[in-house]
Amino acid sequence: MIQFVLRRLLQVIPVFLGTTLLVYFMVFALPGDPIRALFGDRPPSEAVIAQLRQQYNLDEPFWVQYGLFLKNLFTFNLGVDFTGQPIADTLARVFPVTAMLAIEALIIQGVFGIAFGLVAGLRKGGFFDSTVLVLSLVVIAIPTFVLGFALQLLIGVQLGWAKPTVGSNVTWGSLLLPAVVLGLVSFAYVLRLTRASVIENMNADYVRTATAKGLARRQVVMTHVLRNSLIPVITYLGASLGALMGGAIVTEAIFNVPGVGQKLYQAILRSEGPTVVAIVSVLVLVFVLANLLVDLLYAWLDPRIRYEN
Amino acid sequence: MKTNRTSEHYVAPVEETPLLATDAVKVDDAPLSLWADAWRKLRRRPLFIISAIMITLIIVVAVFPGLFTQVAPDNGCELANSNGAPTEGHPLGFTFQGCDIYSRIIHGTQASLMVGVFSVISVLIIGVTLGALAGFFGGWVDTVIARLGDIFFALPIVLGALVLTQLPLMRENRGVGTVVLVLVVLGWPQMARITRGAVIEVRNADFVTAARSLGVSRIGSLVSHVLPNALAPIIVLATMELGVFIVAEATLSFLGIGMPGSVMSWGNDISAAQASIRTNPAVLLYPATALSITVLSFIMLGDALRDALDPKSRQR
Amino acid sequence: MTTSDVTIEEAGIQAGRPLLEIRDLAISFKTGSGEVQAVRNAHLTIMPGETVAIVGESGSGKSTTALAAIGLLPGNGRVAGGQILLDGEDIAHASEKRMIELRGNIIGMVPQDPMSNLNPVWKIGDQVKETLKANGRPSGPDDVAKVLAQAGLPDAGRRAKQYPHEFSGGMRQRALIAIGLSCQPRLLIADEPTSALDVTVQRQILDHLEKMTDELGTSVLLITHDLGLAAERADKVVVMYRGNVVEAGPSLELLQNPQHPYTQRLVASAPSLASRRIQVAKELGVSTEEVLAPRGSAAVKPALTEDVLQIQNLRKVFKMRAGFGKSTDFTAVDDVSFNVKRGTTTAIVGESGSGKSTVAQMVLNLLEPTSGKIIFDGVDTSALNTKEIFAFRRRVQPIFQDPYGSLDPMYNIYRTIEEPLRVHKIGDKASREKKVRELLDQVSLPQSTMQRYPNELSGGQRQRVAIARALALDPEVIICDEAVSALDVLVQAQVLNLLAELQSRLGLTYLFITHDLAVVRQIADHVCVMEKGKLVETGSTDDVFEAPQRDYTKALLNAIPGARLMLPPEVA
Repeated sequence: MIQFVLRRLLQVIPVFLGTTLLVYFMVFALPGDPIRALFGDRPPSEAVIAQLRQQYNLDEPFWVQYGLFLKNLFTFNLGVDFTGQPIADTLARVFPVTAMLAIEALIIQGVFGIAFGLVAGLRKGGFFDSTVLVLSLVVIAIPTFVLGFALQLLIGVQLGWAKPTVGSNVTWGSLLLPAVVLGLVSFAYVLRLTRASVIENMNADYVRTATAKGLARRQVVMTHVLRNSLIPVITYLGASLGALMGGAIVTEAIFNVPGVGQKLYQAILRSEGPTVVAIVSVLVLVFVLANLLVDLLYAWLDPRIRYEN
Repeated sequence: MKTNRTSEHYVAPVEETPLLATDAVKVDDAPLSLWADAWRKLRRRPLFIISAIMITLIIVVAVFPGLFTQVAPDNGCELANSNGAPTEGHPLGFTFQGCDIYSRIIHGTQASLMVGVFSVISVLIIGVTLGALAGFFGGWVDTVIARLGDIFFALPIVLGALVLTQLPLMRENRGVGTVVLVLVVLGWPQMARITRGAVIEVRNADFVTAARSLGVSRIGSLVSHVLPNALAPIIVLATMELGVFIVAEATLSFLGIGMPGSVMSWGNDISAAQASIRTNPAVLLYPATALSITVLSFIMLGDALRDALDPKSRQR
Repeated sequence: MTTSDVTIEEAGIQAGRPLLEIRDLAISFKTGSGEVQAVRNAHLTIMPGETVAIVGESGSGKSTTALAAIGLLPGNGRVAGGQILLDGEDIAHASEKRMIELRGNIIGMVPQDPMSNLNPVWKIGDQVKETLKANGRPSGPDDVAKVLAQAGLPDAGRRAKQYPHEFSGGMRQRALIAIGLSCQPRLLIADEPTSALDVTVQRQILDHLEKMTDELGTSVLLITHDLGLAAERADKVVVMYRGNVVEAGPSLELLQNPQHPYTQRLVASAPSLASRRIQVAKELGVSTEEVLAPRGSAAVKPALTEDVLQIQNLRKVFKMRAGFGKSTDFTAVDDVSFNVKRGTTTAIVGESGSGKSTVAQMVLNLLEPTSGKIIFDGVDTSALNTKEIFAFRRRVQPIFQDPYGSLDPMYNIYRTIEEPLRVHKIGDKASREKKVRELLDQVSLPQSTMQRYPNELSGGQRQRVAIARALALDPEVIICDEAVSALDVLVQAQVLNLLAELQSRLGLTYLFITHDLAVVRQIADHVCVMEKGKLVETGSTDDVFEAPQRDYTKALLNAIPGARLMLPPEVA
């Protein structure tokens, strides 16, 4: 097991380096003055330009620039935004909000997706199964931002069940509606994946053998079907974090949630390239680490993985 | 345990179970290829029929918008009509700018569909080629391509798009081309992974070894035996991704980093509708519905194809 | 529904009553094209302590009948008629609650495939423990270890903490036997319990199973495709064919005096019993070659002197990754030398992991030897350039084991057989089609098969297509890698006869890779026995079978099911 953890850690490093290098390369090594390019049509003041040149070590060779960029990233020295505010401070303020939103969305998509998928899979071909299958396709087809506006309008404005926007006073309750919107698309995927996985496992030989041992159906499902079916679902949940981050930008914009996504969206609207790059790099780091965590969970669920070479 | 109990010797009358020739070949019913079999299954699925009709309709709308509306979508907008209710000849009413919503939806189809189709074709070319090479040859080729894929994969599509569209080159030439480029750069690893997996599953099949020992070259066996047998999951993913890319385009346009405002697209219209959403939800609702139905059609088609092409369902 | 107030234990005391009696059982399956009858009028009786075997080919309904007895028919199957009497109680339509009571406690099961019947994510011990617990028995670690130890698992306490993937196939099967017998059931259903294992392991496990069930007084319902194995292990044999019981009786009597034409056919073709056949022929003064040649054809054999293949000191070492960039060497083939004479059949026999298939791959020039030489018709094949290899491929062709995997499912039969001709640019379209028709005739398939796809053919038919494809280039040597192992007994005999006939007609040389010594006896002139990469014994088939020199060869021969049965010559 320890060997497995070490090996996965070693594999994460090149991926993280590669991805940040990719991001950094795209912004700073392509032709053109990166500083001017980063700000588009609205050139910032000379003072800001000088500070940025220093921040990104643009007078050094590319590899030194990149190395210093990484060092800054790991020490959370992320530079300043358009107004001269340190980006790290801003992030520290908005990050917990997005974390809350993401956790709530993950719970919604994970718990409900698995539960619905399990029931549908166990009653394959039944009314619940057919209904849920069609509905999940519809949910997948509706883009997050459309869903966001629609639910905001319906639940927030017309029915008045929830506040249509979150604003500065963030609570678990006020984040519920945005979290539902954010989790809904992945919820549909989790549901379908769980269902398929349950159906496959119900036909597995070892499930029949478990029944032949004299186990009650409930025990067979809980000990033999559920755990085995969760293995691919867990992997998907890790990968879905990426979609969650993208979705958070949209959702936070719609519901006015003061989180990382909103900051990012504002930075895009204001053409603040350095802020965009800094935040994206941090998010990539989170994504890679989260997937490492998922891999370890996977290894815990499936003992075969630990021994694979 | 051998017991000494005696028991009778039973023989069934031969008439009851007449003996058949060992392993006789059926000579009736028409031969059935894999594709013919899949087609036969598809034809009976309502999911397939509905999605196929929808997609055909969407393609016709995209190619010949003039067949469906005579109203110009962009010029002739009168601010007097701003957020206007439906009137005769304008069944869905007007946008904030006073443009005809129905006409804009019809004319916006093309951009969305084009982005989807071009992205999927490019992703297929890059992803299938790289994935097939990685899966078939293994070794360092596999390692390099797989790691490269991991690196791009670690960049979630919207985040990656945010960075990519900040590039001066992209910012100056925004349009269908740049959106497709962004989607392809960030979307190929998924296709490569699926292809790689499917190729690995087939590459050691006995029929591939048999072809090799007939004198077929390695590349020859990849093209003539391995890839055709790895096609099913690739087709399913490509169909689904068409829907996913259309959503992605709309999302990027919504965030203001997709199509330029001058291009008529559903994403742009939905984005523009934000301003008047409370006063006139129709402005948002109609293009959003068009977008969702299109995406749903492709996803349903992919789902139907997955069932029809599933090798497990055709084991004898 | 007769004895709900009488418990099984009480009823069992009544003497003379069968433990399990199946009467007029009919089972049907719902399919896309309506209800299909899988079993009709099945009947069998198992007395307490008795072992009864159901023998039949795939699709005969033997497993379905057994699954019905433990209430485990697949979702689309149902008992359409008849009775399943367990100690007088009809359980054919018993409630799920009643079946859960019976399973494990009264009826145990040992399934077929040890690889897929243990849940990969739970420790072996947990999987034993839940069985004990579900049936209300003590389930502490010591109880679990005891159950595993009784099934012959060494070091059971430690083994219980391991996962299935850390077990070999034989050990997994022992674990499954432990689970099946853990609650001392009165009836054990063993569905092909050893068909996935090597013969020597199979022998050990069946011996152990027999010992355990004898001690416990358990009745056994043994499902098998192997008539020899059934006769050797069971008191009574029930033969099923196309969903019907066609014959049933005491095992030896049934073998010696088969009445139903199907049973007669089965007895005549069973490879595990066929060693008798050749022996008989030999006693009558007929040589092996003539037995193999089809009757009536003038077998023209080339002189048996020329060595068409010479294998010299062949070695193959694989690098195995051991993590963190380290690698260990694994010697799959170790210093193997033998010669193959033109026009004869040489068999390479060995169990899984013996390296026999690796030798085949190297002879086919698909895998490069680490050292040693393969000399084909006087030329070292490792020294060939691309063009020469292309020419070499025309002369040496393979037939593989899996008839489902060796034909491209996307190609119809015409394209499949025509492919070698097209690749080697032989003839034009018309002449190629003529050749394909001829080849289909040669393998006794109707010419109309040309338009069909592999998934429409049975295993035996696919294998005949594979033979036709191998013959398309008029090769001299054919490498058969387990070519008949996946086929039902009768089909296997048919394909073996076809191969023998083609050999005598076309003067082919066969290199026959197999794990099945019984098949070797039927087809080979020479035998090479391999164990763990090394060649342990070579010789003529007769010599090796009659006077094996090595212990390993003796063990292999002894393990052939039915080998110890003495049948009168007239049976064959």
